[in-house]
Amino acid sequence: MKNRRIAGLTAALAVGALALSACSSNGSGSGDETTPAAEGGSTGIVTAWGGEPQNPLIPTNTNETSGGKILDLIFAGLVYYDAKGAPHNEVADSITSDDNTVWTIKLKDGQKFSDGTPVHAENFVKAWNFGATTHPDVPQQLSNYFFNIFEGYDETTVCADDACTEFAEPKATEMSGLKIVDDLTFTATLTSPQSDFPLRLGYSAYYPLPDSAFDDMDAFGENPVGNGPYVLDEWTHNIEAKLSPNPEYQGDRKAQNGGVDIKFYTELEPAYNDLLSGQLDVLDTVPDSAFGTFESDLGDRAINQPAAIFQSFTIPARLPHFGDDEEGHLRRQAISMAIDREQITDVIFQGTRTPASDFTSPVIDGWSDSIPGSEVLKFDPDKAKELWAQADAISPWDGTFAIAYNADGGHQGWVEAVTNSIKNTLGIDAEGKSYPDFATFRTDVTNRTITTAFRTGWQADYPSLYNFLGPIYGTGAGSNDGDYSSPIVDKLLEEGLRADSVDAANAKFQEAQEQLFKDLPAIPLWYSNATGGYSEAVSNVEFGWNSVPLHYLITKQG
Amino acid sequence: MAWYAGRRLLQMIPVFLGATLLIYAMVFLLPGDPIAALGGERGLPPAVAEQLRAQYHLDQPFLVQYGIYLRNLLTGDFGMSFSRRPVADLLAAAFPTTVKLAAMTLVIESVAGIGVGLWAGIRKGGIFDSTFLVISLVLIAVPIFVIGFAGQVLFGVKLGWVPATVGSNVSFRTLILPAIVLASASFAYILRLTRTTVAENRTADHVRTATAKGLSTGRVMRVHVLRNSLIPVVTFIGTDVGALLGGAVVTEGIFNIPGVGNLLYSAITRHEAPTIVSVTTFLVIVYLISNLIVDLLYAVLDPRIRYA
Repeated sequence: MKNRRIAGLTAALAVGALALSACSSNGSGSGDETTPAAEGGSTGIVTAWGGEPQNPLIPTNTNETSGGKILDLIFAGLVYYDAKGAPHNEVADSITSDDNTVWTIKLKDGQKFSDGTPVHAENFVKAWNFGATTHPDVPQQLSNYFFNIFEGYDETTVCADDACTEFAEPKATEMSGLKIVDDLTFTATLTSPQSDFPLRLGYSAYYPLPDSAFDDMDAFGENPVGNGPYVLDEWTHNIEAKLSPNPEYQGDRKAQNGGVDIKFYTELEPAYNDLLSGQLDVLDTVPDSAFGTFESDLGDRAINQPAAIFQSFTIPARLPHFGDDEEGHLRRQAISMAIDREQITDVIFQGTRTPASDFTSPVIDGWSDSIPGSEVLKFDPDKAKELWAQADAISPWDGTFAIAYNADGGHQGWVEAVTNSIKNTLGIDAEGKSYPDFATFRTDVTNRTITTAFRTGWQADYPSLYNFLGPIYGTGAGSNDGDYSSPIVDKLLEEGLRADSVDAANAKFQEAQEQLFKDLPAIPLWYSNATGGYSEAVSNVEFGWNSVPLHYLITKQG
Repeated sequence: MAWYAGRRLLQMIPVFLGATLLIYAMVFLLPGDPIAALGGERGLPPAVAEQLRAQYHLDQPFLVQYGIYLRNLLTGDFGMSFSRRPVADLLAAAFPTTVKLAAMTLVIESVAGIGVGLWAGIRKGGIFDSTFLVISLVLIAVPIFVIGFAGQVLFGVKLGWVPATVGSNVSFRTLILPAIVLASASFAYILRLTRTTVAENRTADHVRTATAKGLSTGRVMRVHVLRNSLIPVVTFIGTDVGALLGGAVVTEGIFNIPGVGNLLYSAITRHEAPTIVSVTTFLVIVYLISNLIVDLLYAVLDPRIRYA
């Protein structure tokens, strides 16, 4: 029991911490009688699964999924994402640029926060400046780095030393890259071209803030006022958040129900039992213990589809025999081909993972399962042995191949299966190396004191191929835990960002992936599936690109 | 009596200091960096992590951290959680729920345990006695999470008699199943304790004398058998009160009860020292006080016991 608890919770925590995806999720509604639903909508209040937000509900200070779920319902950004991950303008009327560097953003007229104040360019600019500005003694903004794309960020976030282990007093509190043209127009100048800039803007860090927020940000974090499809009526800590439809909201995400109650759970099993007994309408994570049964329990109310979550293990190039040279590349390819992904996803995960065919995710626009080089992800024992022998000819192998993981995240099963697959195919010693918990594990990874390969995962913040590649494989990038560095990949990513269309950009990113398949800085394993379900009381349940239900679409008879 | 109680209360001070120091040390010694975990896989920029560390004094040596904690505690400041909420507020929100659950559990286990135990003790060796001996053995042997999940699936999901979980709806109806689950093991212990001592006392000299004097069976049972038999039972219940108020971590998890157990559990997974230490310290005090009350109760049950 103890272990199960820990596993469930940490899995959620780990993924939550990965990144929060822009999403629409459940809110809770309580304004049943007073708030009329949209035409064709319903009046019932949807109960949805969630968790206690780990931080005050300030968009720029929320980096985990529990808080993100609520924020995405009570705020509206410049764009929102549909179920397929395609962006549509929400508050924005247009987002345009000639050179991918200077962007002009026009807002739709007449939009309001739920307190009645208008949504103007200033609300975006002030909110972004707030998120981008640090002080040595003021609680920082966890999503601060989302603003490092803007010109002038280096004045609002100033490091005290080269390694940036401490912040100094900022030189400015406003980024020079943001300029207000008029009430409904502003320009954003980026430090470098970003073809996917508009794709980013649905992420919660880029939400606007009403003027009242700046008077007392701590109070605002407890009682946020947004411009989204719902209003946060009541947040009972550790228990639930109640959301009701926002009458001021005019965008496309109009609430189709009478409100959303987000119930907080620390464990998944109780939530699942609540779903079965009709006390919970929507659950977006099925507990491991129900993987084998949930599709028969729920029938066509079960959801099992790939998510924007990519799982892999990273082999740092500093490990002996795995350097960025011919021997290292051969060994990496051999190991990748020695893993029977199909069998492991079937047996260990009971079909709730999809074997990977690239470094991104199938839910992202531009994804392809046939990138040249992706053959290394096919299980091919003979080829694997052959490549391993070739590497041995360069320098004989000794020692044990180990994959480190945190024991509290439910990873032991697959790590053992993968290492067994490697061991049996290549005839070498391979084993899992367990860390007691996520915190300990991340400490060793971050300090680069880890001496083995280690599990890595990525959940996209916004539906862009680049988001799966740049932050992880770019030289010196924030989440490049394996310290991978390839001038070819760097160049292709850069060219992709300069491309004048999303398609042209994606072509460059796919080319970068071809190089990644040669170097294999991380061994792709599988995509996590979104597993969930809904009760008989609700209909029209659809999961977004980020595996969070589109709560505003759900209908329930009141 | 007052002097005795006062002395016991004074003894709590060193216990309190020792407990906080020990718990703080254990949290401090937990491997891994709680701030690193806050950033998830993506990790926090070093400067951000540094700032957070300073905010929670995690950059200070152990004794300094503990000193700061203790100083704040004396001014009534239980510290802040990582979500920047006062721990005192968290505790104040969670404790009433746990008290309700504990009270219901105590009533169920005491009434059922003493009642069944008394009957079984009187009819020792009979079919009723044997049946409940086996049942109690099963209840003690089966781990509580098995009983909890089985009960939840059967009564909450399949039969639908009670809600499967508690959540925001803390009421008699939602708490009854968790209370029964929580009471099951203690019920078995109380039953066995009562049965054994009742059976023993029934053949004691003073009981035979009382019967010989011609007292009614009811009075003999009530005054001479039961009252004497209750001392070990009360001791057990007293320690159980402390344990129950400490929050039944497992049961609260299964039934999603927003009580102290759940609070403590999620704090531990986050290495959130202020919450863990404050909550645990609070529980140590509750435990000490409930033990004191039990000790004082002895005097009520057994006039031969006098505190001076």
